[in-house]
Amino acid sequence: MLLSLEGLNKVYSTSSTKVQALCDVSLRLNEGDFVAIQGPSGSGKSTLLLTAGTMLAPDSGKVSILDETPYEMPANRRAAFRAKHIGFVFQQFYLVPYLNVFENVQAASLGLPASKRMTNSKVEQLLEQFGLASRSRHTPSQLSVGERQRCCIARALLNDPKLLLADEPSGSLDEFNAQIVMQELRRFSQSGGAVLLVTHDSRAAQSADRVVHVQNGVLSC
Amino acid sequence: MPNAETGQLTLMGLVIREIQFRKWSFLLATFAVAVAAAMIFGSEALLRVDQRMTERLLQQKQEETEQSIHDHEELVATAGAKLQDTVRKQMLTLGFNILILPMDVDLSKLHLDGSITSTMPYSYAEKLSNSNIVTVNHLLPSVTKRVRWTERELDVVVNGTRGEIPIMHRALKQPMLDAVAPGQMVIGATIQQKLKLELSQKVTLLGHEFTISKIQPERGSIDDMSLWIDLAAAQEMLGMQNLIHAILALECECSGDRISEIRREIAEILPGTQVIERYSQAVTRAEARTESKRAAEEALAMAKTDGQATLERHREQRTALLQQQKALNSVLGPTVIVSTCCILAAFAFHNFRQRKSEIGLMRALGLGSASILGAFLGKAMLIGALGGFIGVASGVAILVAKILRMQPSVSLIDIWTSASLTATAVWIPILMILLTVVASWLAAFQAVRQDAAIVLQGE
Repeated sequence: MLLSLEGLNKVYSTSSTKVQALCDVSLRLNEGDFVAIQGPSGSGKSTLLLTAGTMLAPDSGKVSILDETPYEMPANRRAAFRAKHIGFVFQQFYLVPYLNVFENVQAASLGLPASKRMTNSKVEQLLEQFGLASRSRHTPSQLSVGERQRCCIARALLNDPKLLLADEPSGSLDEFNAQIVMQELRRFSQSGGAVLLVTHDSRAAQSADRVVHVQNGVLSC
Repeated sequence: MPNAETGQLTLMGLVIREIQFRKWSFLLATFAVAVAAAMIFGSEALLRVDQRMTERLLQQKQEETEQSIHDHEELVATAGAKLQDTVRKQMLTLGFNILILPMDVDLSKLHLDGSITSTMPYSYAEKLSNSNIVTVNHLLPSVTKRVRWTERELDVVVNGTRGEIPIMHRALKQPMLDAVAPGQMVIGATIQQKLKLELSQKVTLLGHEFTISKIQPERGSIDDMSLWIDLAAAQEMLGMQNLIHAILALECECSGDRISEIRREIAEILPGTQVIERYSQAVTRAEARTESKRAAEEALAMAKTDGQATLERHREQRTALLQQQKALNSVLGPTVIVSTCCILAAFAFHNFRQRKSEIGLMRALGLGSASILGAFLGKAMLIGALGGFIGVASGVAILVAKILRMQPSVSLIDIWTSASLTATAVWIPILMILLTVVASWLAAFQAVRQDAAIVLQGE
C-alpha cells in the first residue's frame, strides 16, 4: 500500500464558526494508481491533498505512506520523509522568483541530506524531458504559464517520489498545456508511482483511472 | 547559486540569490547598519582620540608653561642682575648729599636726637643759589627741630622744607625731591606705626592742621621719627621767621676727596658754616636694589600664576568638552542601536511577508525549521557584517580626515594605537551582526512558525 487514509477528520474553527473540511475520509492508493478528486470549491479537496502530503495533520484518523505513519514522526523527520517520497504540483506553481529554471528544479533536493541530493544530470534529464532545456537559465517570470507548470512538475519528480500530489495542475493552463501536464502525470503513474489529483475540471479528471468526489468533506466514489 | 564543487544548490546559495533579487532592500538595510556602525565607531573613536589628544595637548602646554617660567626666571635673573648693576652704577654716579649747618651746631646732639641748636639766615640759601658753585646740584633750605607733639604725646623731629632753590647759573634741573605742599605732612615710618596714622588723615601739630600726604618707608635712622612740613609753616610754628637750621645739598658731585672740595667751595661762599655728609649712600643703594629685586620677583610670581591659571583653564575647558561628548555618546549610542534595530526589524518583517509563499513551498519541499531560520538569519548576518565593515571603514575615513584637519602633523598610527581603536574596529562589526540577528529574530521566528498548509491553501 502506497497511501492509506483512514477515517480522516478535519475541522477548521474560527471564533464564530466551525467548518468540517474532512469527514471520515478513507482512501487507498497503490503503485500505478491515478486517482482524481473532484468537488466544488471549499469542499475539502485541498485539505485532503495537504493532509495526504503530510503538511496538515488531521484531527483524527490515520495517514500511512509506504507503511509509515508520518504524523507520528518528529517535524524535521517528517519534512525529510516528505522531501524523499512526495512530490507536489500546485496550480500557482510556487516557483522561487529569484532562481532560474535549473535551480528551481534543483531546489527540490534542498530538503534532502547533501549525500542524497540528486545530481545535476538528473535535473538536466528532467528539463530535457519537459522541453525546458533551452530555458534552464531563465527565471520564472521569463517563462510562459505552461512552461512554469512543466518546471513545477519537473521539480516534483526530481527526488523520484513514490507519490505525486497535484492540486489543480491544469487550472491555469490552456488546453494544449493541460494535456501535456496530464500526460506527464499519467506517465508517472504508469512508471509505478501513484498520483492523487485534485481538480474540478472534468476533462482533467478523465485522465485518471479513478475519480472520487468530495462534498462538504465527505468522500464518495 | 550552486555549490562550486558539486553544482548543487545550497542554503547559502539560496540566501545570496535572494539578496541579488531583492538587492535594494538589502542595500538599504546594509546602509542603515553602516550608518549606525559609522556613528558608533565615529563617536567612540573621536571621544578616545580627543582624550588622547587632550592629554598630549595639556602635557605640551604644561611643558611650554614650565619652559616659559624657566625662561622667565632666567630672564628675570639676568634682567635683575643687570638692573642691580645699573642701579649700583647709577647710585655711584649720583654723588652724595651734604648738610650745610651753622658752624656752632653741636653735631653730637644732631646725631643723637636730630636737633640743630643754632640757626642761620634764610638768605644763606639764596646766596648759595646765586653763587657759581659747581659741586652742588640741588639746594633745600630747612629747619629741623625736635619738639613734643603735644596733641599726640610723642617726641618728633619736625623738618620744615620747601622746594628746591634753583642754582641760578645752571639750567633748571628736574627736582630730586618733591616739596611738601602747605597744609600737608610727610611722616616717618615709626611715627606712622606708633600713632597708627593713615594717608589723607588730618592731624593737628602744635595747633596747626595738616593732612598726611605721604608715609616714608622705614630707613633705620632718625628719619623714622621725623615729619616734614612746608618750610614757611615750620618757621612760623617754631618762631623762626627768616631763619633756617640747615641747607640740604643733594647730588653733590666731586671726584677724589669730595667732601673737602665741597667744604672748601662752600666756605668761600658761606663763611661760618660747616658741612657734613648726610644719609648713607649704602642705604639708598640697598633700597634701590631691594626694590628692583622685589619687582622682579613679583613679575616672576605673576608669570607663574598666569601660566598655571592658563593651563588650568585649558584643562577645565577640555574636561568640560569631553564630559559633553561623553554625555552625547551615552545618548547617541543607545538611540542609534534602538533605531537601527527598529529599521532592521521592519526590513526583516517586510522580507518575511514577501517570502511567505516561498516559505510554504520550502516547507512542502521538506526544508526543516533550522534551514528556514538559517535562510533568514544568514541574510541578517550578511547585512550586519557588510554594514558593520562599511560603517567602520567610513568611520575610520571620517576620523582620519578630522584628525588631519585638527593636527596635520600628528602620527595617525600613534593616535590609533594609543586610543586602542583596533579593538573598537573589531567589536563594532560583531555588534552589528548581533544587532541584525536580534532585529531579524522575530521575523525569522515567524517564518519558522509559518504554517505551510495555510499559505498553500490561502494562495
